[in-house]
Amino acid sequence: MSEPRWVRAILIGLALLFLGIFLLVPLIVVFTEAFKKGAEVYLESIREPDAVAAIRLTLIAAGIAVPLNLVFGVAAAWAIAKFQFPGKSFLITLIDLPFSVSPVISGLVYILLFGLQGWLGPWLAEHEIKIIFAVPGIVLATIFVTFPFVARELIPLMQAQGSEEEEAARTLGAGGWQTFWRVTLPNIKWGLLYGVILCNARAMGEFGAVSVVSGHIRGATNTIPLHAEILYNEYNSAAAFAMASLLTILTLVTIALKALIDWKSQVEVREVGEIRERALAEA
Amino acid sequence: MTRAFRRHSILPGFGLAMGFTVFYLSLIVLIPLGAAFLKTFTMGWAHFWDTVTGARALASYRLSIGASLIAASINSVLGLLAAWVLVRYEFPGKRIIDALVDLPFALPTAVAGITLTAMFAANGWVGSWLEPLGIKVAFTWLGVVVALTFIGLPFVVRTVQPVLQELDPEIEEAAATLGANRWQSLKRVVFPELMPALLTGFALAFARAVGEYGSVIFISGNMPMKTEITPLLIVTKLAQYDYAGATALAVATLTMSFVLLFFINLLQWWSRTRYA
Repeated sequence: MSEPRWVRAILIGLALLFLGIFLLVPLIVVFTEAFKKGAEVYLESIREPDAVAAIRLTLIAAGIAVPLNLVFGVAAAWAIAKFQFPGKSFLITLIDLPFSVSPVISGLVYILLFGLQGWLGPWLAEHEIKIIFAVPGIVLATIFVTFPFVARELIPLMQAQGSEEEEAARTLGAGGWQTFWRVTLPNIKWGLLYGVILCNARAMGEFGAVSVVSGHIRGATNTIPLHAEILYNEYNSAAAFAMASLLTILTLVTIALKALIDWKSQVEVREVGEIRERALAEA
Repeated sequence: MTRAFRRHSILPGFGLAMGFTVFYLSLIVLIPLGAAFLKTFTMGWAHFWDTVTGARALASYRLSIGASLIAASINSVLGLLAAWVLVRYEFPGKRIIDALVDLPFALPTAVAGITLTAMFAANGWVGSWLEPLGIKVAFTWLGVVVALTFIGLPFVVRTVQPVLQELDPEIEEAAATLGANRWQSLKRVVFPELMPALLTGFALAFARAVGEYGSVIFISGNMPMKTEITPLLIVTKLAQYDYAGATALAVATLTMSFVLLFFINLLQWWSRTRYA
């Protein structure tokens, strides 16, 4: 039983209007604006030295932030999901902090720590170590804003899975690392993959936090989003959207991977269910 | 000491995992955040108070919070509609649209910013429709609301969808056999079930909107006292080397965020105890 046909049609129409304007049109606009001056100009703006430097810096920042946060996410989820100790929800709230803090503030706290007037400022200046307005600052800010992604995916997942399988493995004589690699990891692989993809998408696309610590030096301390901003403010719209289109392609890949992971994990759940049913039927 | 802290378990690795977790957490999150708060204390109360309650700051709170509330409300209504249509009805292209709902969440904020500006400017795809009607979106507070609506879209839809999917059709059928018409059974049976998820989605969308920077600064026009959001004010102060002022505003915003986080957790606890 459901609503009458005409009601359904109107609701679908309204929903599609809303979603169409906010989801489909932006996608179309990014690519039409990027190719406004033709494919030649598009390729030129991506091959331009400052653009290449921006791409390289983005890849470096993500390449450092994602693996580190991955290891952290696994460690935190292991400690929280498989053991009992007081203060668990407090720990989880702390882990969620970067998620609820404005990106601008995330950048600001690093300036307060490492900037010239910051806590470690004078010491760093003495030893000629540049963190703020240089690459290390950008990497740190990226790590901060993408900090919770993997942990947030894994903690509920591992909590739902419980520790029975690992305990069974232990009683059968498996060592610690063995248990982890051969029992835990296969169980969490889809959640882990999803967390990594999201973490990466955010790491490459982060704007506010990186903008604050960056210094905006062309060719040196600009990531792809920052470079796009500079180009846009110079009214070089086609080049700005060319940079934006790179990030949009990354986003579309992220979304596609997510849909794939959702589908695969559902297939697995179904398969495990079928195996169980068969085992019960034969028993 | 470890054994007294946690219940005994045969699984290894607690010390290592917990140790690394706390170390990394402190290094990356706690120490930098603590530094921000401590810096405020070295600043002097007068300057802190002046900055946080100055006219420009107050105008920015009004805009940031006001626009976020409106955007989150729009998202609640239209997001509920979208979730309903995506879960209950079939239409061509549904799976693609469903996957695309994550777009605002995964898309870099700067890309969203320049794209929305291009769309809603006077000569843009959507702007050119609204211009003859006298509705200016780009470079006004309306533009800020549009950007924040975009940003918060997935939060409501993705929070409501799973609840809708889990809803047992039996309840609605029972209501129908007891004589309720469609609207009544929707209003009195289905809607209360969705309420907790809707509230959570609203709170999440609102919390994200208040701190949003990249998607907003392109479309807003950034005129002080009119279309300047609080994060931008912080960045402006930083550019003027007024670290103390920037930190003061950051602490004020952080306090609001912590209160929001607490409220969200409370909401979720309430809805769990009510509907679990």
